[in-house]
Amino acid sequence: MADLARLETISRDCRVQIVRMLAHAGSGHPGGSLSVIDIVTTLLFGRMRHDPRRPDWPDRDRLVLSKGHAVPALYAAMARSGYFPEERLITLRKLGSPLQGHPDRTLLPGIEAATGSLGQGLSIAVGLALGLRLARSSARVYCILGDGEIQEGQVWEAAMAAPQLGQPAVSLGNLTVILDYNKIQLDDFVAKIRDVEPLAAKWQAFGWPVFEIDGHKIAEIDRALDQAEAAGKPCCIVAHTVKGKGVSFMENNPEWHGKAPKPAEAIAAIREILGVPEPAWAEHLVRDAATRALADELRALERR
Amino acid sequence: MPAKATRAAFGEALLELAEHHERIVTLDADLSKSTMTAGFAKKHPQRAFNLGIAEQNMVGVGAGLALAGWIPFVCSFACFVVGRFETIRMSVAYTGANVKLVGTHAGIAIGEDGYSQMGLEDIACLRALPNIPIVQPADELETKQAVAYAVEHDGPLYLRLTRQNVEPVCPPGYRFELGRWRVLRPGPDVTIVGSGGPLFNCLQAATALAAVGISAEVINASTIKPVDQELLLASAGRTGHVVTVEDHAIAGGLGSAVAEVLSEALLTPVLRLGVRGFGESGDPQGLYARHGLDATGIADSVRKFLKR
Repeated sequence: MADLARLETISRDCRVQIVRMLAHAGSGHPGGSLSVIDIVTTLLFGRMRHDPRRPDWPDRDRLVLSKGHAVPALYAAMARSGYFPEERLITLRKLGSPLQGHPDRTLLPGIEAATGSLGQGLSIAVGLALGLRLARSSARVYCILGDGEIQEGQVWEAAMAAPQLGQPAVSLGNLTVILDYNKIQLDDFVAKIRDVEPLAAKWQAFGWPVFEIDGHKIAEIDRALDQAEAAGKPCCIVAHTVKGKGVSFMENNPEWHGKAPKPAEAIAAIREILGVPEPAWAEHLVRDAATRALADELRALERR
Repeated sequence: MPAKATRAAFGEALLELAEHHERIVTLDADLSKSTMTAGFAKKHPQRAFNLGIAEQNMVGVGAGLALAGWIPFVCSFACFVVGRFETIRMSVAYTGANVKLVGTHAGIAIGEDGYSQMGLEDIACLRALPNIPIVQPADELETKQAVAYAVEHDGPLYLRLTRQNVEPVCPPGYRFELGRWRVLRPGPDVTIVGSGGPLFNCLQAATALAAVGISAEVINASTIKPVDQELLLASAGRTGHVVTVEDHAIAGGLGSAVAEVLSEALLTPVLRLGVRGFGESGDPQGLYARHGLDATGIADSVRKFLKR
């Protein structure tokens, strides 16, 4: 059982960093980053065997973030984990930074695959899971898919292959898909663009046990990951999430799929993430030096 | 050596190499009998994976296997495997995955099946990606060496292979090196740069041209990317005229690669012979004749080009 309070704190801190780095970048995808961060946090800090000092450790668990546009969530968690200094987060999307707008494996150790052209990550994860099994490694592979992303046909080619691949010699019980079901894609609500329902039935028909959970409850994520690990075959966790989770004006609003907050909006967002009511904010900043520095940094951005 | 399809040589090479390279795995999309990996699959069933008719997934699974330390040969017809360009672009090239892409059934020489099965744009597609060398071996000897090289090459690579039998053209003792072209027949009047299927026709054309007093230099361009600039510039400098011959669309292939180098480094008249328009059904010899890629067609084009 993961240390819930610790993971919730990390998740909250990562949300702050997501908002911060996107404000600095001036572009990017806050909605899907905020919807997936509790999943990413649970994986990196509660489940996965990995070592920031040895990103090429052959037996590390792998995370393939197939919905690559949500990479600010992964960067925030990687920085917190020690893959690179937190200060580098504000180089996101800047010329010469390894923190590309979408993940680049060759530039940033710890990134397992270049993603962002949607629909491709599950195939890579299936190949990784098979390759690790063939090498008799006990490492696990996690693949995070977006809900709009599964409109891509390649996802279903991979979904069809995974439960059968390697049989009977090996089975890909080391592979877990987590679907960030935030119900919104770039243009509009998923159900309005091209509905993916009935979602669980689709995966089940392809041979995947499905676990439906609240993707913001770390205890539920953790329990579903336990169940998936015990299943002995590839499993799909459908995580119901809220796009923009934690920031009231971003939540459930397709406008915030791919728009960076302005500095003032970022400060308001951070206040909400930290759970400080507006009247208490000034006083909070007096007491909390780190957040005060962050607010000053963002205000300076506005003047630039 | 008798004539042999380079895909057949590939299948034999895999079987031989598999004995000493335990990390070789093959991926197919329901065409393993045609890509000639079936022999490998029979001998090493635990290392051969048939993904079904789902090439995008095959390419991606190949990338994942490579990232886990395996050496996957990802095989299908050239048009089907390179047709999944966007997956190759992201999951293989940009990810830097050590995947060996194998495209068989290159060009119009596949014949009767017609355009839908012909790999005609694969070189053009993959030339645009920064880190995937393109190798089109000329005969059995070179194919076996190129496959062995592909296993050792650290990074993605594309092998372009023929369905049809091809005559041996490489001399005994030949050693394949990536990026190194070879002069098969020297001559001072014109350079003919050929690759793959029509290369033997280039040699026959050179023989016919010699009979009318034109001494052609024939080069085997088995690495299409990167171009052997040194050899190309040296030959073009001697002959002053360059003709390229390939079983690929006229746009973006070997001819384009040669023209790019020469236009920047040594302005030389270039004639590009290749496939214009879509391919079509027909017998392979008839198709080569129709597209001017048989010995007669090549020789005629060279004479017109030289105005002799």
